[in-house]
Amino acid sequence: MKRIVVHEEYCIGCRLCEVHCLVQHSKSRDIIKAFNLERPQVMPRVMVEESGPISFALQCRHCLEPTCVEACPSGAMRREEEAGTVTLDQDRCVGCWMCIMVCPVGAIQQNLAGTSVASKCDLCYGAEMPACVANCPNEALTYEEVKAGGKS
Amino acid sequence: MRTLIIGNSAAAVGVVESMRQHDKEAEIIVVSEEPYEMIYSRPLLSHYLGAEIEKSRLAYRGQDFHERHDVMPILGTRIVRIEPEEHRVRAASGEVYAYDKLVISTGGTPIVPPIPGVQTGGVYTFTRLDDAEGIVQGLTEGAVRRCIVVGGGMIGMKTVDALMKRGVSVTILELAPRILGAALDETGSRMMTELLTSAGVEVLTENTVEEIQSSEGHIESVTLRDGRILDCDLLVFGIGVRPNAGLAEEAGIEVNRGVVVDQYMRTSKPDIYAAGDVAEAYDLVVDMNRTVAIWPNAYRQGAVAGAHIAGVSRLDEGGVAMNTVEVCDVPAMSIGNGNVSGEDCEVLVEHDAENHRYKRLVLQGDCLVGAILVGDVGRAGIYTGLIRSRVDVSDCRDGLLHQHFGLLSLPDQYRKHIVTGLGIEV
Amino acid sequence: MALSLNEPDFIIERDEERCIACRVCVRQCANDVHFYDAEDDRVLSHNDQCVGCHRCVALCPTDALGVRRNPLEFRPHANWTGQKLYDIYKQAETGGMLLTGMGCDEPYRIYWDHMLLNASQVTNPSIDPLREPMELKTYLGAKPEQVTFEEDEDGEPSLKTKVAPQLQLETPIMFSAMSYGSISFNACLSLARAATGAGTFYNTGEGGLHPDLYEYGPNTIAQVASGRFGVHLDYLNTAAALEIKIGQGAKPGIGGHLPGEKVTQDVSRTRMIPEGTDALSPAPHHDIYSIEDLRQLIYALKEATGYEKPVSVKVAAVHNVAPIASGIVRAGADIVAIDGLRGGTGAAPTIIRNNVGIPIELALAAVDRRLREEGIRHRASLVVAGSIRNSADIVKAIALGADAVYVATSALVAMGCHLCQNCYTGKCNWGIATQDPYLTKRLNPNIGERRLVNLLRAWSLEIREMMGGMGVNSVDSLRGNRDHLRGVGLNQTELDALGIRLAGS
Repeated sequence: MKRIVVHEEYCIGCRLCEVHCLVQHSKSRDIIKAFNLERPQVMPRVMVEESGPISFALQCRHCLEPTCVEACPSGAMRREEEAGTVTLDQDRCVGCWMCIMVCPVGAIQQNLAGTSVASKCDLCYGAEMPACVANCPNEALTYEEVKAGGKS
Repeated sequence: MRTLIIGNSAAAVGVVESMRQHDKEAEIIVVSEEPYEMIYSRPLLSHYLGAEIEKSRLAYRGQDFHERHDVMPILGTRIVRIEPEEHRVRAASGEVYAYDKLVISTGGTPIVPPIPGVQTGGVYTFTRLDDAEGIVQGLTEGAVRRCIVVGGGMIGMKTVDALMKRGVSVTILELAPRILGAALDETGSRMMTELLTSAGVEVLTENTVEEIQSSEGHIESVTLRDGRILDCDLLVFGIGVRPNAGLAEEAGIEVNRGVVVDQYMRTSKPDIYAAGDVAEAYDLVVDMNRTVAIWPNAYRQGAVAGAHIAGVSRLDEGGVAMNTVEVCDVPAMSIGNGNVSGEDCEVLVEHDAENHRYKRLVLQGDCLVGAILVGDVGRAGIYTGLIRSRVDVSDCRDGLLHQHFGLLSLPDQYRKHIVTGLGIEV
Repeated sequence: MALSLNEPDFIIERDEERCIACRVCVRQCANDVHFYDAEDDRVLSHNDQCVGCHRCVALCPTDALGVRRNPLEFRPHANWTGQKLYDIYKQAETGGMLLTGMGCDEPYRIYWDHMLLNASQVTNPSIDPLREPMELKTYLGAKPEQVTFEEDEDGEPSLKTKVAPQLQLETPIMFSAMSYGSISFNACLSLARAATGAGTFYNTGEGGLHPDLYEYGPNTIAQVASGRFGVHLDYLNTAAALEIKIGQGAKPGIGGHLPGEKVTQDVSRTRMIPEGTDALSPAPHHDIYSIEDLRQLIYALKEATGYEKPVSVKVAAVHNVAPIASGIVRAGADIVAIDGLRGGTGAAPTIIRNNVGIPIELALAAVDRRLREEGIRHRASLVVAGSIRNSADIVKAIALGADAVYVATSALVAMGCHLCQNCYTGKCNWGIATQDPYLTKRLNPNIGERRLVNLLRAWSLEIREMMGGMGVNSVDSLRGNRDHLRGVGLNQTELDALGIRLAGS
């Protein structure tokens, strides 16, 4: 399983991850169109938290025992066994916010701009490298093979 | 080895999915009283009722769920007896099914108070697809103009919100002095009440139905405790659910309110598990076993039972009572003991009445034990995580209500643990 | 304040068509050049604070930004250039010395660019470094007058001569002194790791050694300077070699001044001075007023470290550098490091940086010749510094007589430095010359290390290629071999000073 690993000591708070995540999930996938023309603007699925010199980018951790999947009553939130990823089918989501209520990471957001459904990282749909990782200028996000371990 | 699951909802799906993670071979049989092929989602019924979604979207899992997971479904079959010594169950039809492992996930039955005249048309509870279908039929036939919802709890509110979306006039009857009294505190209740009344819903508290009058086998009006008589074409009871624990009790399994289980969902009898609304499982906020009929608990308990059946030790760390409801597009959440007050509690509050935003956090000792959120529910799960993990928040309590509340507001060690990813070694 | 006569050095050009108002530039500029106007949802700029570091340009995701020199022009005057006028305006406003960072930016002749290398044709075959061994390994330290061998009972030979301690370099390039304080911890860590990875050395400068860097001790040269900051026995013994810093090419004859703002808790602990106090390095060592005094310090350090580590003495290239170097060798130094006019600094008075000292090429030629004439060239290795910009500069330096070079500016550039020359402000947007935790994060030491190792690798490949072309298969054969150099565009005096012939002769 490949995972996005967050290195907060190298996050420079530039938010380019958010920019490129938005572009990746826009209709045109063109940065200028995505920002300046497309409405409603899609929202990034990665968020940067920042306080003074400490900052980090955060997106869905694709947990081994995802509480969002447990809580989702619509079946929109699923864990793909083989890929080990947690996916959200926005067409099935009814926007009940149960996932938001249980995600300890706070990685799921309300997408209120367009359709009122939840929004979260999809690892750019099996792309070789998610857009946030590929565009992080300081390697504060890396895409690494990780082991599934016991719940620590 | 054969695992038999009684029930076909969240807990059953939890059992199946978790078992199949570890064991592709074992035989699994699901026996359900309901005849539907589709595993439907009960919490979505209100969305269906509110005409937000098509019936097909009630499907919790795909049509091929049983096939894909190599499960034999036996539908429309009610189990009437469990014989633990013989490791078998009997169906109403007389069929006998042997099992090696049994999971009781029979859910709960909505409570219908013994009011005179209650056995009539147009009176519903609201937990099953049949209920929703019945109500929707009445609505689409145009026969419903005035509804009464008895019970101002979460299920009542979801029903009310759905009925409002259908454009019918709604009255809520709540026995307690305020609606959502279990989930929200006074301020939260007041906010929701204001939202409802401004949307034209009549909210009657400290009141209930004393008698139901019918004409031609269909509800016509109700007499309230205060003597008033209200006309109505539809009445929905949403006053709670009683665990369907009778089957277990008759089999000699230890039952309190629900079927008592340990942290692997094992009942007092060998090879018998219970999960979901019927189970009386550990609740980590109150630090004791209790029944909490919510979807996330049901699924997780099923998954824990399934793992144990498959020979994998996964201890249930316990549930946290929580729920969410949206009224007039304003979401409200209640997590854990958000509603308690008292000398041993510290309560943190932030209220922005103008924008319908309210947060109430309850701390006991150094730990968060509950949260109520109205309006802005973003990142609410972080609070749930703090409650679940019993994180010492004494050094960061000032940040808990901060406008930019997030993981950065939390103790470093916990933050790093969360950021690393639960169950993932990095 | 009254009207300022100083105009912006740079002008920000923002392509409004391409700007997506993502505010990356706003977040990245420590000089607050860019700002977001929420009302208009636009990003705007204050040109006057721009130092031309190009951080915003590099990170702008839509290439919407450009930075241009301010085209404001004065009436042309060969003597009174715009810069001269601005300097006066500034001083008239502040009454202070003008400060700057990095090396001399005045257009003095760069002799490297007037020396050309030889290549073999017909009569002496060139060597293909991809097929044949090409030795870049370099040993720094005093070499014996002669070597004698002895044989054991089985006839196995072994070295009889006791050789002074040596530093072994895989390539004749080291990172010169930059202190923790003047540059960030992450920059120090990048240098330390890169030196370790590439088999060479980095130099602590006079900032002491952070505890987390002790593990890189075998590739560390520990400096002892006039302020004696951070000097203690562990520090000396952890390092592979020691260096007494007498002077620095960017500011010969004056001391150093690390402002209190940069003396953070970690810096203070490492330097062994109170937090927040200015770290003042005196202009001279107050215990060195003669070659004899210097000898005492050299031997004090050798005593302290059991005569196991070479001791280097670093001086700025000044007028009498040759006899000074001779004195240093005679005082017992194993390595003489000479830092030329164009050597960098984290902070120096502009007037000193641009007007004091001599170019390293001339200093090197003079020192090497002098030591040879005196027959003491073997008693110390010669390391030169002060604007080594590429591998050709290194080959030319070795041919002129250097054993190895020190690079610092090039190393910083490899880590992202854009030579904006504002190191002294502590607001380095590239996370290098700063202690601001918000900025230091910008240099990921993994990236810094990788880029430095890459640079050393690339330069080493080029050095091998150039040496192969000359038909030389080891740096030992190139060292001091001025026949491999020819001058172009130089007059006879310059050629004589460099000890080389004119191209074509």
